[in-house]
Amino acid sequence: MNNMTIQELRKKFVEGSYTPVDALADVKKAIAERDGEVHAYLELFEDADEAAQKAAERYKEEGDDAPPLLGMPIAIKNNILIEGKKTTASSKILENYVATYDATVIAKLREAGAVFVGSTNLDEFAMGTSTENSAFGPTRNPHDVTRVPGGSSGGSAAAVAMGGAVAALGTDTGGSVRQPAAFCGLVGYKPTYGAVSRHGLIAMGSSLDQAGPLTNSVSDAELIHNIIKGDDSMDSTTITDDTYKEVSVKETYRIGVPRHFLQEGLSESVRTVFEDTLKKLEAAGHEIVDVSVPLMEKGLAAYYIVMPAEVSSNLARFDGVRYGLRIEGDDLLSEYHKTRAEGFGAEVKRRILLGTYVLSSGYYDAYYGKAEQVREMMRAELREVFADVDALMLPTTPTPAFKLGAKSDPLSLYLEDIFTVPANLTGVPAISVPAGTVDEDGVALPVGVQCIGPHAGDARVFDLGKKILGE
Amino acid sequence: MKREDIEHLATLARIDLKDEEVASLTDSITSILGYVSDVNAITTEEKPKEVGALYNVMREDEETHEPGQYTEAILNEAPKREGQYIQVKKILGDNE
Repeated sequence: MNNMTIQELRKKFVEGSYTPVDALADVKKAIAERDGEVHAYLELFEDADEAAQKAAERYKEEGDDAPPLLGMPIAIKNNILIEGKKTTASSKILENYVATYDATVIAKLREAGAVFVGSTNLDEFAMGTSTENSAFGPTRNPHDVTRVPGGSSGGSAAAVAMGGAVAALGTDTGGSVRQPAAFCGLVGYKPTYGAVSRHGLIAMGSSLDQAGPLTNSVSDAELIHNIIKGDDSMDSTTITDDTYKEVSVKETYRIGVPRHFLQEGLSESVRTVFEDTLKKLEAAGHEIVDVSVPLMEKGLAAYYIVMPAEVSSNLARFDGVRYGLRIEGDDLLSEYHKTRAEGFGAEVKRRILLGTYVLSSGYYDAYYGKAEQVREMMRAELREVFADVDALMLPTTPTPAFKLGAKSDPLSLYLEDIFTVPANLTGVPAISVPAGTVDEDGVALPVGVQCIGPHAGDARVFDLGKKILGE
Repeated sequence: MKREDIEHLATLARIDLKDEEVASLTDSITSILGYVSDVNAITTEEKPKEVGALYNVMREDEETHEPGQYTEAILNEAPKREGQYIQVKKILGDNE
C-alpha cells in the first residue's frame, strides 16, 4: 500500500479487488516493520479493525455511493481530540488524559468513513520543528533514520511516508504541517485561517493554529480539506463563503517570487530544486515575476513574540486541578508550581516564560503590541502584492532534513520556520509539495516548495500544487 | 536578562525552576529576545483599532445540553474528586 493515494485506494475498494481490511493489514505490516526505529505512532487503536471490517461490508452494499473516506486508514496527530482516546500532546502533563469529546475535524472525518489507525507523535504541545521535543522520545525520518522528520507534526508525516497510513492530520501554527511534509516527501496543507474549526485542537497559538492534511497527492489533501472545512458554532473564528472575496482558479498563473528573501540561509541544493520548479512552471505557460515583500523577512521575529504570548496564556489552563498530572504540594499554589515544573518540558517552559515576558507591563508595547502592528502591516503588504500576482512561491524550508541533535540551540531550530510563518501570521493558505530530491551522504532527501495564495484562495493553491505535480 | 528576571517570570507563570534550568533559560531567552527585537526596527504607524474580517461571536444564552450529560466524563479526568466535586488543597490559611 506504500505511497498509494486515497483516490487509488477508493477505486480498489469500490471494485472490491482490495478491501479496507486488506489496507489496514498492510498498514499494520508497515508499522510492525518500521515503527520500531521510526516511532511515528504513540498509540495504535484497537477499534480500527472493527471499523475496517464495517467499512468493507459497506462497500459491498453501497459501492461508489459510500462516503468519500470510507475505509481509509488515517493517522491523527496526538493534539487533536478523539473521544475515549488518550490525547497527550506528547506532554507528561497530559500523559493519561482521555479526551471527553471529538474535535470537529474528527467528527467530520468519522462521518466521511475514515478509519483511525492511531495517534502520532509530535513536539510537546506542537512546539518544535524536529519532533525531538516529545516527552515520549523522538520520531525519525523514514527516508533516513539518522535524520529528523521535521515538526511538529513529525509523527503524522513519518506515518504516511513509511506506509503506516494513507494520509494523516496535523496542525500548523508556524509550519508544523508543511515543514515535516517537505522533509518526508509529502504534500502538506495549511488552510486559510478560519477555514477549518479549531474546536477540539489542543491550543498553542489560537490566532495562528489550523489543522491540515499530510498526504501522498494534492488531490488527497484537497479531498480531506474539503471534508474537514466549514464554519462551526464551537469556533467563532471560523469563516463562511462570504467572509472573503471569491478567489478564482485559472489556466495559467502569474506567480510572484520574493527573491530578496532568498539571499541568505538557503542551501544551494534546495535553491536548485526551487529554481527548477519555477523553470518548469514557466515552460508550462505560467508567468514568474520578482516581487518585493520586505516585511515578510521580519515575520519570524514577529512570530516568536506573538506565538509565545498566546502559548503563555493558553497553557495557563494546565494547573493540575481539572485534568492531567497533579503533583502534591503543601497548598494549592505550590501544587500549581510543582505540577507545571514536573509536567512541562524545557521548550514549553521557555516559550511560556518568553510569552510571560513579552506580555508583561512595561514590555507589552515594545514586543507584543509592536509585533501585532507588524502583523497588520504584513497583511496590508500581502493584499498589495496579491493585487498584482495570483500566488507567491517560496521554498518550504531552508535545508533538507537535518540530523537528530544537529540543532541544539533553540534559535537555530526557530530559523527552520522562516519561510512558513508568514502564512500563519497573515492567515493566508499555503501548500508544500514535494518538488524533487537532493543527494546527501548517498541518501535522496525530499525537498518541498511552497505556494501561498490570498485569503480564501484554498482552491487556487490546490490547483497550482496539482499543476506542479502534474496531477 | 538576569537570573532574577527569569526567576520572577517563573513565579508569574507558576513554574518551579531548578538552578540549572534558570541558567540555561537566562541564556536562551536573552538570545531569543535579541533576535525578536528586530521588530523594533520597523516603523509602524499607530492606527485606530478596527474590527477585522474575524470578530468575536456570542451564542445565545440557552441550554445546549441535558444537565449532567457530560459531568461524569469530565469529572473522571480530574486528578482527585469527591462526589460531584473536584478536590483541591486548601487555599486560605488557618488564621485568615
